[in-house]
Order: sequence, then C-alpha cells, then structure tokens
Amino acid sequence: MENQVIGTVSRVNNYIKRLLDSKSVLADLWVKGEISNYKRHSSGHIYLTLKDETSVLKAVMFRYAASGLTFSPSDGMKVIARGRVSVYEAGGTYQLYIDEMIPDGVGALYLEFERLKKKLAEEGLFDEAHKKPIPRFPARIGVITAPTGAAVRDIINVATRRYPLAELVIYPALVQGAGAKESIVSAIEYFNKDKTVDTLIVGRGGGSIEDLWAFNEECVARAIYDSEIPVISAVGHETDFTIADYAADLRAPTPSAAAEISVPSADELMRYITTCRARMHNAMGARTDSLRQRLMRLTPRSPRDRINELIQRLDMCVRGMENAYKLTLSERGRALGGLTGKLDALSPLKTLTRGYSIPVAENGTVLRRTEDFIPGAEFVLKVRDGDIGCKVKERQDG
Amino acid sequence: MAEKTFEASMQELEAVVAGLEAGDITLDKSLELFEKGIKLAKSCRKQLDEAEKRVKILTAEGNEEVFGEEQ
Repeated sequence: MENQVIGTVSRVNNYIKRLLDSKSVLADLWVKGEISNYKRHSSGHIYLTLKDETSVLKAVMFRYAASGLTFSPSDGMKVIARGRVSVYEAGGTYQLYIDEMIPDGVGALYLEFERLKKKLAEEGLFDEAHKKPIPRFPARIGVITAPTGAAVRDIINVATRRYPLAELVIYPALVQGAGAKESIVSAIEYFNKDKTVDTLIVGRGGGSIEDLWAFNEECVARAIYDSEIPVISAVGHETDFTIADYAADLRAPTPSAAAEISVPSADELMRYITTCRARMHNAMGARTDSLRQRLMRLTPRSPRDRINELIQRLDMCVRGMENAYKLTLSERGRALGGLTGKLDALSPLKTLTRGYSIPVAENGTVLRRTEDFIPGAEFVLKVRDGDIGCKVKERQDG
Repeated sequence: MAEKTFEASMQELEAVVAGLEAGDITLDKSLELFEKGIKLAKSCRKQLDEAEKRVKILTAEGNEEVFGEEQ
C-alpha cells in the first residue's frame, strides 16, 4: 500500500463533478425517457428517475423550474427533458438537473390539444351565442380543402347532386404539414374579403392526429371565429374532433356530411313547392266554400223559393189588412150607431112626436118669438102628422 | 337580368301561403295572392329544374376557373 494515493470520499466525488462539469455537452442537453419513481416534495422540488429499456438516470427539477410545467408529470409518462448533467457530491450520484420538461410523442399532442381547447373555450371562442345560422339557400359556397383527394370529390358530388343551384368555389389549400395553417387562414380571409360566397366549408379527409394538426392550430381557430361568413367544419372522420370543429358555426362529421348540411335537397324542395300549391288551392277552396255558405244563409235555396216566400208574406199582409179593416169597420159601425142615436133624439121630428108644434114662415124660417109674428101674416103650423095653415089674429107680448 | 334570387322567391312563396291560410283578407286580395303564389311556385320549380352544376377553382392569380375533375 506504499506510494498509494489515498483520497477521501469528498475528493473523489469532487473530482468526478469537476470532470463532468467540464464537458460542455453535458451542460445543456435534451434527454428523452420514461418517468418512474416520481416524487414531488412539499418544498416544490421534484425528484424522479428517467429510464429507457436498459438504464436509468436520476433527475431532479427544482421548484423554480417545475413552476413552468404545462402538464402534470407522472410515472409511466414519456417525456423529453432539457437540463444539465452534474454531480450531487454529498450523495455521490450524478443526475440530470432539469430546467424544462415536455411530454413526448402523441401524448404531447393530445395534451396540447386539451390545453388550447381549454384556453379558447374560456375566451369564449366556442360560445353557442356567437355561432351563426347556415344560410338555407346558398347561391355560392366556398370550399377550403385540398384540390385533390376524396374530400373535395365527395363534397362536389354530394353538393351538386343534391342542389345544383349552388355554385361551388374551391380554394386549394394545404391541409397538413408545413404551411398548412397559414394556407387555411389565408383562404378564410380571402373569402371574407371578397364576400362572394354565402357559406364556407373547411376540411379534409381522415388522418392521424399529426395529419389533422393544422386544424388544431390557434390561428385557424381564430380565423374561423372571426369569419363573418358562416363556417362548416369537415375534418377527418366521425370520431375526429379538432379545435376548428369547436370554433365553427356548425361541425360536420365528414366532408360528405358537410356538403349535405350546407344545401337543401332539390327533390325535397320540389315536393315542398307542390305542397305549397296544394295548400294555396285548399285555402282558396275553403275561402269560396265559406263565402258560398254565408251567401246561402242570407238567401233561400232558389229564386222560386224566394218568390214563394214573398207570396206568402204578401198573403199575410193582405190578411192582416183585411182583419184590421174589419175591426175598424165594426168599431165605426158601433160609433155610428151611437151617434145616430144621439142625433135622433135631438131631431125636431122627435120634438113633434112629443106633442109640440112648430110654426114655420112661408120661407121656411122657424118662428120663435112674438115679434116674428106680424098680425095678419100667414104661416104654417107643423104638427106631428101634418101642416096647418094659419093667420095671425092678435099678438100678446108676454 | 336581375332575376329574383331563388331564396327570395321561396320566401315570398311561403309568405303567400301563410297569408292565404290566415284567411283574414278580402276575397279580392286572396285572389291576387293566389295568382302571385302560383306564379312563384312555377318560377321556383323552373329554377330547380333548369339548374346545372357549377364548380369553380381559384387559381394562383385569384381568378375562378372551371374545375376539371382530373386528379
């Protein structure tokens, strides 16, 4: 053991630390692995182990760095971590001091999707109240999709077969990969500037979450929200839901479905128009029927009936008049009888029958007073049953 | 030729039907409406019958071209 350098533990560990710290590649690197032994202390510091198929690497993320995490790490999660590899002298271990950590692979995309969905929902981009109704009879429809492939063919076939009155305008866009989100946004802005279409269909055929990713981009969602022209989203298959679907005024499960809901069916419209005609005819028929009925109630069935009715009324009037006449007649008769009775009693002839006589002058005047009698004049004395010729002998005033 | 849009014609037709069915109009007016309604129905049917499919695609220059179905 002579001439052997005997070092302390600390010196060994320190040596190794200085050795590792001198390697620039270890100063800032990205490592991917699966999390295990995840532990978050009350202090806020996170301790974990990253592993792959054959090895493990201890790691720590101090509270300051951990506060920037956009997800909750957990055991089993695949991540990519950025930091530096150095030595924890006191523990005699080397570890990865993590500054930044993000989920790795498809999982990362799902998390990003959830994050953006939450953020935009809170902003109100998905509010029902903001969504516009889809025009019932669009004259022109803008279609934002790839100019080749099943999606555009399906949209054209369904829309033109169903309602050839609507003109389709295809904006050939990139629907995946680099430049896709910018292409889609440009398309939406183009139609909004021109305002020559009534409805927009934005979409593409089926694919993986990566393929569809352009429709999960924030700028695309905002362009759809800001569009003054109603937007129907048509991305992927029935089970694919993208941010664009939430932001759109109406989501269609597939491009074909989008075409179907964007236009009415010409066949159905024809049937509807026929129904309208029938309804108008019925309404007019009902109108004239009810008018005819009212007319009928006001007048009898036929002119003959009318005449008969009038005859009857006339007959009754006449009868009435006759009765009235008869009544009047008998009343008058009685009245007359009464009067003649009175007249009779007052008659001079009646006076005569009572025994009185009436002196009457030659000219017919009745002589009443002594002065009417001139001595020597002749007059007639009317008695009940005849006339007596008389001469005034003498007069004695009483 | 400023032909009435299909949408406008359909809306008018529906209004006429509603008006006739409501019934609280004079006989003269309903005859007028009826005539108008029948004309509208005929025009709508004609537009649907005669419609031909039209598909355009936008070129890089911003023009609209007829879309050929060659892929």
